[in-house]
Amino acid sequence: MSRLSERPATAEVGVARPHESAALHVTGRALYTDDVALRTPRLLHAHPVCAPHAHAFVTRLDPKPAYDIDGVVRVLTADDVPGVNDAGTKHDEPLFPTEVMFHGHAVAWVLGESLEAARVGAAAVEVDYEPLPAILTVVEAIEEASFQGMQPRLERGDVAAGLERAAHVFTGEIDFAGQEHFYLETHASLALVDDDGQVFVQSSTQHPTETQEIVAHVLGLASHQVTVQCLRMGGGFGGKEMQPHGFAAVAALGARLTGRPVRLRLTRQQDMTMSGKRHGFHATWRVGFDDDGRLQALEATLTSDGGWSLDLSEPVLSRALCHVDNAYWIPDIRVDGRVARTHKTSQTAFRGFGGPQGMLVIEDVLGRCAPLLGLDPAELRRRNFYAEGHTTPYGQEVRHAERLTRAWDEVLTTSDFEARRAEIARANAGSPHRKRGLAITPVKFGISFNFTSFNQAGALVHVYKDGSVLINHGGTEMGQGLHTKMLQVAATALGLPIERVRLAPTRTDKVPNTSATAASSGADLNGAAVKDACDQILARLRPVREVLGPTALWDDVVRTAYFDRIQLWAAGFYKTDGLSWDANAVQGSPFKYFAYGVAAAEVSVDGFTGAYQVDRVDIVHDVGDSLSPLVDIGQIEGGFLQGVGWLTLEDLRWDTSDGPGRGRLATPSASTYKLPSLSELPADFRVALLERAAEDGAVYGSKAVGEPPLMLAFAVREALRDAVAAFRPAGDSVELDSPATPEAVFWAIRGGRP
Amino acid sequence: MEHSHAVVNGETRSLSGAEPPLTALDWLRGIGLTGAKEGCAEGECGACSVLVARAGVDAPTEWTAINACLLPAASLAGQEVVTAEGLGDPDSLHPVQREMAVRGGSQCGYCTPGFVCSMAAEYYRAGRCEGSEESGFDLHALSGNLCRCTGYRPIVEAAQALGAPEAGDHLSFRTTAPPPVSAPVRLPGYVRPADLEEALALLAEPGAVALAGSTDLGVESNLKGARPGLLVGVDHLPQLRGLTVGDDVVEIGAGLSLSEVERRLDGAVPLLAEVFPLFASRLIRNGATIGGNLGTASPIGDLAPALLALDASLVLVSAAGEREVPLAGYFTGYRETVREPGELIGRVRVPRPLAPVAAFHKVAKRRFDDISSVAVAFAIDLVDGEVARAAIGLGGVAATPIRATEAEDALVGRPWTAEVVTEAAQLLGRCGTPIDDHRASGAYRRAMLATSLEKLFAEIGGAA
Repeated sequence: MSRLSERPATAEVGVARPHESAALHVTGRALYTDDVALRTPRLLHAHPVCAPHAHAFVTRLDPKPAYDIDGVVRVLTADDVPGVNDAGTKHDEPLFPTEVMFHGHAVAWVLGESLEAARVGAAAVEVDYEPLPAILTVVEAIEEASFQGMQPRLERGDVAAGLERAAHVFTGEIDFAGQEHFYLETHASLALVDDDGQVFVQSSTQHPTETQEIVAHVLGLASHQVTVQCLRMGGGFGGKEMQPHGFAAVAALGARLTGRPVRLRLTRQQDMTMSGKRHGFHATWRVGFDDDGRLQALEATLTSDGGWSLDLSEPVLSRALCHVDNAYWIPDIRVDGRVARTHKTSQTAFRGFGGPQGMLVIEDVLGRCAPLLGLDPAELRRRNFYAEGHTTPYGQEVRHAERLTRAWDEVLTTSDFEARRAEIARANAGSPHRKRGLAITPVKFGISFNFTSFNQAGALVHVYKDGSVLINHGGTEMGQGLHTKMLQVAATALGLPIERVRLAPTRTDKVPNTSATAASSGADLNGAAVKDACDQILARLRPVREVLGPTALWDDVVRTAYFDRIQLWAAGFYKTDGLSWDANAVQGSPFKYFAYGVAAAEVSVDGFTGAYQVDRVDIVHDVGDSLSPLVDIGQIEGGFLQGVGWLTLEDLRWDTSDGPGRGRLATPSASTYKLPSLSELPADFRVALLERAAEDGAVYGSKAVGEPPLMLAFAVREALRDAVAAFRPAGDSVELDSPATPEAVFWAIRGGRP
Repeated sequence: MEHSHAVVNGETRSLSGAEPPLTALDWLRGIGLTGAKEGCAEGECGACSVLVARAGVDAPTEWTAINACLLPAASLAGQEVVTAEGLGDPDSLHPVQREMAVRGGSQCGYCTPGFVCSMAAEYYRAGRCEGSEESGFDLHALSGNLCRCTGYRPIVEAAQALGAPEAGDHLSFRTTAPPPVSAPVRLPGYVRPADLEEALALLAEPGAVALAGSTDLGVESNLKGARPGLLVGVDHLPQLRGLTVGDDVVEIGAGLSLSEVERRLDGAVPLLAEVFPLFASRLIRNGATIGGNLGTASPIGDLAPALLALDASLVLVSAAGEREVPLAGYFTGYRETVREPGELIGRVRVPRPLAPVAAFHKVAKRRFDDISSVAVAFAIDLVDGEVARAAIGLGGVAATPIRATEAEDALVGRPWTAEVVTEAAQLLGRCGTPIDDHRASGAYRRAMLATSLEKLFAEIGGAA
């Protein structure tokens, strides 16, 4: 065991604790960015001027009429930008565009004494547009060869030879949807400028450092003139990794120009209309199996719907390519990836970051091919699992592959899988209009940012003279329980009760140059940095403790150390060792380790409507040696249901007609875009953590948990396919749309759309 | 300016300046109570849920959870409100808050104050724990609250762990006293009239709009910028709040909330009892009224198809008196009706006896709290294996809710057999003019019309 992963016999980590802010959450005391805004005097409110075209040139923009509206204070346009008019890191996202790139694109912002004044003012701004042709779907983009960014190829072996060798070759195509984040808290920023011109932005952001950098470059300032703070977020899920920057920059620009605090909070409709989502993908594939159903070769092309700008589309695509294998050994493989440029919101990070999209392809392949091979889908999947010694197509050793089979076997046992399958087959035979389906699927998910440099973190730990401890780290809290875990890590490292440790909000002037809280890496990276800082302090205290004796109390040691002029605070740092990644060659060992999980799901489907419900779910998931079991179980359950939403219910639609509304998001609200509600909670939901799973080399033997459980939801999609198959002639290969809405299931039962 | 204040968490707060379009949510947040959040501004997510003291069905007063984002702040005049902040504080959590906190019921915490309020309303429901060791918690109470983080399991467990309120719980005690008086109020942009006569006079003025639960008007205001000249509160008027179940007719006051109707009917109209749990969410039903639902005349409102199948009629009230119109003749076009300016829906009349076979089929993406792609309501009377009466109401397939008269005619007077049902189902599948939209394709809607009758037949069986 490494020192980092060694866990003391009695430790605060591993204790099931409620979220550190739970008492504040339930009493309404927890403050979010916009709650702070409402407590800020002399506040101005920002409202966008949104373009009513998917693609157009702005030929004239006249802000003057807005100033006739009572309460309008300032209209912000490109002319006001002192620095760079760009909200992205790739310099392809003009903050105030002259070319409208999606329906709802903000071309100007209005500041008002009230939100109502700003809203009416925004409607009064006169803008002329010259509409241009718009590309909306991936299929249209492929036809027009509208792509952006890298076009990586993942390749191992000789795919032509592999297909040649295969006894059975199948081809297919699937076009599947993205997903709206629908964090309950929409994008929000509050910007102030102090007497010295220092800009202070509170932002609901997963990436305070990058928000800081974008605000600085828009304002033409150096990073040290901008401070970004994130108290907490009302959900992020990746949607606040790169998307908050432009909104923060608009607020900061307004504050700088007016000298007053500016609040920018999007309504739900604005948020859904203007901010990026999970990438939908289009995939074509050709797969070969031997007579035993063993994968021989896979040739595929994955085209993601990137929207109007690159944003994070390239790394999302990389991760999709790195997860198209999921848990399966595919000897010969070639997967081409490309990013379509469409006139839609710039699609971005979303829990799983391309991993789910890559996996959907292979799970769809296996689900469709199993009946054609005459094999049970569970058997087909199991037969193709990675084994110890295998490497992924990008050349990384699949360490701990046995955990996959262990989790699989455990789910088969605890879910009573075989007996239930027999019982379901009997019941289905006597039930013409309602069928049940059962499926089991695995997850193997790589942990670490693909881009090696991001795998670093910092922390600041203060021990005060009275022995109390304040920690600060570079990670942000979005509900995932990172702060809870960091308190537990610090308490464990220092050997203190958790009550002696407090945590201060994430700020760029405390810990600089942070990575996004993303890629499930928050606890791995920041936990190790917090522990490093604590270890430094303990090392400095050791001589004092030697003098005072082993029974000396912490408070006495600290006080003595202070008088001995020993530094009682430390900056911790961590970087993940042993990573390598060549993004061009799509080769390397980009991941510290893999997180594994297995889910079995049972559904029942009404043949008259296609409506269904999830009746039972059994999960065994690998979180290493859990830092915080209540938090981890919550991540597994929440991630799973979010995945179920993506795959079954959440149905993003754009107006793809040639009418005047072309390009408009047709589902821009909670009433038109439905996410899982309490009624989607499986009636019987059993979640267990994989035992004997300590991870060497990660903080206290734990593993990342944020993203991997989302992909456990494939079990539900495959169970729906199984139920549909029960309506169909035996041996039919069932094609199922994603999302598998009741309508999609209905048409699958009927053998296709009319 | 009588009653231009509200009691919030036990403190009297001035409503001065709280003019429409200011919502109750924004007003509360503006006075520092930022626990309630705006998640969607259309009553879909429940992050804004707060408790208001309303006249109860099983107790003099009930703590009723509502969407504060939809209600005009001015309508809180003279009312009592409790928010998550008022239920407890971090050092002394309310039982609902304690269960939510310790079980991991909050992750990001943004939806949590709303969940806590919806849960507290059910916690205080009179008779919840009676006759059972279980908590008796009705999970429909949480159907209007969305959580994106937890997956709901810990929230459900928190709800089911709740015992009865302790003796001395002041909010529980409050339910035993009469509800706040709905005294007349006149604020800029909002009037709560003294009586029906004043209401009708006000409504005859241009720009005046009747306001009950504000579950539709609030959406129009928040999302579409609708700014009516004057809001006239009507849901307190006694003439709109009656409910009688007579031998020949069931009369339902148009100003009762759907939750009140659901509980006061208590299953007396089985078809409506099937509709209520599928109609939006409890939070919405706590505000929404039958009058409002039929007044907005949405082509997909779930009540209209059911009331059409029940052969219901409406009593329209105006200064000139009353007139009764059959619901089948009420809708004239997309969101258009025979209702004249100055007329108010007073009561809904459902004739008895009711057809013995009643079923409501709602097809939507999500099982609960979704807008129908198609809604089909059946009221069928089978006598000796023959269809004596068949009424089928449809929503979501035309510019207005409609009756499926051709399919009805194909059933009446004929045996209830698979052949007859198949024939009628085909006619049903040709009803209306279903469109393709984000909810469903026209082809699916047509298929759903046809299969709805086949499904009913499969469920109740053929002629014995």
